[in-house]
Amino acid sequence: MNILILSYLIASVTFILGLKMLSNPATARKGNLIAATGMVIAILATIFLYEEDGVKLGNYGWIFGGILIGTVGGTLAAKKVKMTAMPEMVSLFNGMGGACAMLISIVEFDHLINIVPIEPFGRGLGKLNFGGYIGTLSIIIIGCIIGSVSFAGSMVAWGKLNGRVKDISFKGQQFISIALLLVILGLAGYLISNSVLLVPHTFYLIVFLSLIYGIFFVMPIGGADMPVVISLLNSFTGVAAACGGFLYDNKAMLTGGILVGAAGTLLTILMCKAMNRSLSNVLIGNFGGSSAVSGGAKAQGTYKEISLSDTAVLLSYSNRVYIVPGYGLAVAQAQHACHELEKLLAEKGVEVKYAIHPVAGRMPGHMNVLLAEADVSYDLLKEMEEANDEFNSTDAVLILGANDVVNPAAKTDPSSPIYGMPILDVELAKNVIVNKRSMKPGYAGIENELFFRPKTSMLFGDAKKVIQDLIGEVKNL
Amino acid sequence: MDNFLSFFSTHQQMIYIVILMIFVGIEVIGRVPAVLHTPLMSGANAIHGVVIIGAIIVMGKAEHDNYLALILGFIAVIVGTLNVVGGFVVTDRMLEMFKKKK
Repeated sequence: MNILILSYLIASVTFILGLKMLSNPATARKGNLIAATGMVIAILATIFLYEEDGVKLGNYGWIFGGILIGTVGGTLAAKKVKMTAMPEMVSLFNGMGGACAMLISIVEFDHLINIVPIEPFGRGLGKLNFGGYIGTLSIIIIGCIIGSVSFAGSMVAWGKLNGRVKDISFKGQQFISIALLLVILGLAGYLISNSVLLVPHTFYLIVFLSLIYGIFFVMPIGGADMPVVISLLNSFTGVAAACGGFLYDNKAMLTGGILVGAAGTLLTILMCKAMNRSLSNVLIGNFGGSSAVSGGAKAQGTYKEISLSDTAVLLSYSNRVYIVPGYGLAVAQAQHACHELEKLLAEKGVEVKYAIHPVAGRMPGHMNVLLAEADVSYDLLKEMEEANDEFNSTDAVLILGANDVVNPAAKTDPSSPIYGMPILDVELAKNVIVNKRSMKPGYAGIENELFFRPKTSMLFGDAKKVIQDLIGEVKNL
Repeated sequence: MDNFLSFFSTHQQMIYIVILMIFVGIEVIGRVPAVLHTPLMSGANAIHGVVIIGAIIVMGKAEHDNYLALILGFIAVIVGTLNVVGGFVVTDRMLEMFKKKK
């Protein structure tokens, strides 16, 4: 038993240390490994050392069977997933954690109603008895609600990111959501206060309604805001795990859960800040909904196209070129071609850098990861502020599949849904070349005035193909 | 009310941990650069997979005739493991790409 306590202590420390190291680029990978090691220690210690009233755990076949299936499945899924699909993978794994918390609560509830009944504050509850029956019941219900919401919400977020689920919002949806939440809380309160006459059905109704609420919670939120939602659900699952910590008087679960709950909440707020929006603004669901129309329609006019050879000449004879990558680059898997173009231009004496908007792509840091995959040097990736200072002295900006992050409407049009978000001021450069597949608006569903500006030239086509052709043209010069 | 107070006194150690961990969690990632937002979220995601401990306990103490506990516990262990293993492997894959080129 003492070794078990020590193991949990070690695990808790590795979680804190791991999270700390994860927030620094130099130590991040090691931090992840340290936290993983702590987790393995905690899991093994639980399996072999945990005992309740002197009885060790049984069912080893089931336990190891489950772990084996989960390990093989998790490793395969995580190894095979494409770079562009990583955000939805994180969402899926988060949902699994939520489901785990939900299932634990269901089994413990069943356990509770089967042993207690005669004495409401009864003994005979074994380990579960600390803090009394009502405390235990409350923790089970809270963990169950949060876990279920997190599970259902993450599944919807996962579906939205891979395009299987569309944004659905209708009038009064928010009211239904709030009403649903109130009903859940009311039922939970009823169940806890009348716990002597436990009605199992009420509990299962709570589980069911929580799942529905999770779906309603995420449904109206636009796909572009999914990272923020996933981060929020991530911290929810943390809290659900912490409820398990209370239930089993388990310090490792408690520390890990609360740590993620707090850090996840802060991270959510940081992500919102990067987009200059408030959390409530994101949750009420401004993007992709009906309000997006208001910003559109205005930007009309003529745009001009540029040929590949002209682009090649322009880029080759520039002194400084900035590349602005966006989700289109990730979708086209054009990061390697992009790196090749950058090297080729650099050989010709052109200074090439990348301007990374904090929310370019589908997740903060998405572009950094993508370009790092193609071996682009870390020093060439410039953050927004730095890039904005240098656009003045830049000859050409090449925008590859980015849209909303360079949309001037964010600065000029208060009716636009992205109004107030800091953008890359590419217009300060002498020339702007935009590569897009068509004139369709970006993910937020808003027209982009930038495309109609005199400095801007459009270069239509799939990012990968265009860049490869561009490389050919530059070589032929 | 008595219940409420007794809840606090029996759990005071846990409640202290909760409060301290909230501050630690906020402090520890306070200065994270935007570049690392995604890997950090993914890493945190893996850490809350610690909920699997609860699943193992549920599974381990399930009686042999309690099918609800056996089946749900088994599923809980699987999904919990998915969360832990998948979470750490995905994070590692993301971070692998940050590796500086020689």
